[in-house]
Amino acid sequence: MEEKVLMKGNEALARAAIEAGCRFFFGYPITPQTEVAAYMAKQMPKIGGTFLQAESEVAAINMVYGAAGAGARVLTSSSSPGVSLKSEGISYIAGSDLPCVICNIVRGGPGLGGIQPAQSDYFQATKGGGHGDYHMIVLAPCSVQEMVNLVKEAFDLADYYRMPVMIMGDGMLGQMMEPVSFGSYKSSKELAEKTWATTGTKLERKRNIINSLYITPEELEKLVVERYKKYDTIIESEARSEEYMCEDADIIIAAYGTIARVSKTAIKRARDKGLKVGLIRPITLWPFDKKPFEKYSEKVKSFLTVEMSMGQMIEDVKLAVSGKAPVEFYGRTGGMIPTPEEILEKLENMMGGER
Amino acid sequence: MATFKRPHSLTDITLHYCPGCNHGIVHRLVAETIDELGIEGTTVGVAPVGCAVFAYNYFECDMQEAAHGRAPAVATGIKRVNPDNVVFTYQGDGDLAAIGTAETVHAAARGENITVIFINNAIYGMTGGQMAPTTLPGQVTQTSPYGRDVQTQGYPLKICEMLSTLDGVALAERCAVNNIKNITETKKAIKKAFQNQIDKKGFSIIEVLSTCPTNWGLSPVEALKWLEENMIPYYPLGVYKDKDGDK
Repeated sequence: MEEKVLMKGNEALARAAIEAGCRFFFGYPITPQTEVAAYMAKQMPKIGGTFLQAESEVAAINMVYGAAGAGARVLTSSSSPGVSLKSEGISYIAGSDLPCVICNIVRGGPGLGGIQPAQSDYFQATKGGGHGDYHMIVLAPCSVQEMVNLVKEAFDLADYYRMPVMIMGDGMLGQMMEPVSFGSYKSSKELAEKTWATTGTKLERKRNIINSLYITPEELEKLVVERYKKYDTIIESEARSEEYMCEDADIIIAAYGTIARVSKTAIKRARDKGLKVGLIRPITLWPFDKKPFEKYSEKVKSFLTVEMSMGQMIEDVKLAVSGKAPVEFYGRTGGMIPTPEEILEKLENMMGGER
Repeated sequence: MATFKRPHSLTDITLHYCPGCNHGIVHRLVAETIDELGIEGTTVGVAPVGCAVFAYNYFECDMQEAAHGRAPAVATGIKRVNPDNVVFTYQGDGDLAAIGTAETVHAAARGENITVIFINNAIYGMTGGQMAPTTLPGQVTQTSPYGRDVQTQGYPLKICEMLSTLDGVALAERCAVNNIKNITETKKAIKKAFQNQIDKKGFSIIEVLSTCPTNWGLSPVEALKWLEENMIPYYPLGVYKDKDGDK
């Protein structure tokens, strides 16, 4: 049997990154992800890696840019306000086709907001954040074990597609302890050598240039269109979600991360009361997995999107459902987490007329 | 017999700089240095945002283009991954001394083992002549049309003087390329700044006072005269910090 250790989400994230071959971490302190940096500061020197506490999130993400351009597996982690600061750099990283992993342990916003768990950075992660036409793959684990698995996979996805990948957690996932095993992940992707990296020509090849500046609009358009073909491939082959008790469901909840787990508890209680409720849990937030929503949109009475925000993912749910069923919303924000009771009450209200 | 030719580390691409601009001279000095130290195959340059934004086209080595002001952070990332690479940034005054001040100061404070070439021409060139952090008191620019008023627009940043207070700095020297003697001095300084990195001595910065005839509204010759009469007195040339103490 695989050995399990009890670990905090943030520390498990850091250990998983090291196991994935990440030897460079650049960060800036911010609650509630500080344990990631603390773990890296302790472990990296022992394995010949680099932990560097930068002067700002802006500097940290640009160190990531440099290190990724030099061919390394590199990680930065932060929380909401810090990720806003990193967004400029993320746009440059996307525009220069560089692989890296960025973790956002989301807290309440806007502004300084709060330090309690939230999901109000969904738009920022999936619809931009930085400027320009670009995407990053966004992975949303719902347990410490899934965090470990997805962090390891994130480095492969980043290298395979040469693009930034974001791990989207929240303060709850970062802070809670769960038993976790580290040995189970195996890469399914053939990774090419990074012949594009700026490692010095050694006078053996033509110079490599890492750049996102294209002053001729025709040239820039062509490159962006090419990148979007890559995005199409990713939408086709990487969109992923979990279905839970959807087959006979009258209502399907759409929820990701922490609140998906709370929703499962609510679903069990609803089922005990005879309400047929299921769950679609997006694992990739970008690309958003439309297929299960298309599959069930003509079978269910309605969908209910539950989020720790004022309603952001609901826009993608509505696009996927495409008007074929009503999509309702329940959410708390600012660091408040909906309880199973609250979700159950909402479900009962939705079914109210029919019982 | 020595023949005058293009350094191998300078690509055969026509520079886009304005007539009389000093960027071309400094590019050449950097390229000559790379040639003479035999480091073309291990050097990685970081280009700025500003007039030298296309610097990645001109150096015959691996290059990364940084966001505005972030070159020292990008260089840090590159250098930490491959410490045997020789990593240099090439930045203007807006890039290094305004938007990128934090990155500059902290790379210096860390003693990051990189080489920084800092072109100070007291103006934003590429965007059309706005006031820079190094614009002189009273100097007329597009955004200080009545002359830089220190009461409302503050005083210029003296980068070499500031950085010389930091323990992480191995070399901070201010040069100019307004005459042959100073070009020779600048070349020596740039070469030392690269040699320092090879010798793992830490952060080296060479500030080069430069002309911007286009945005100063002067002819190239008048611009050199203006630099001599106005910039050099305000920004005295010389070594501000040298850990070796051998200069």
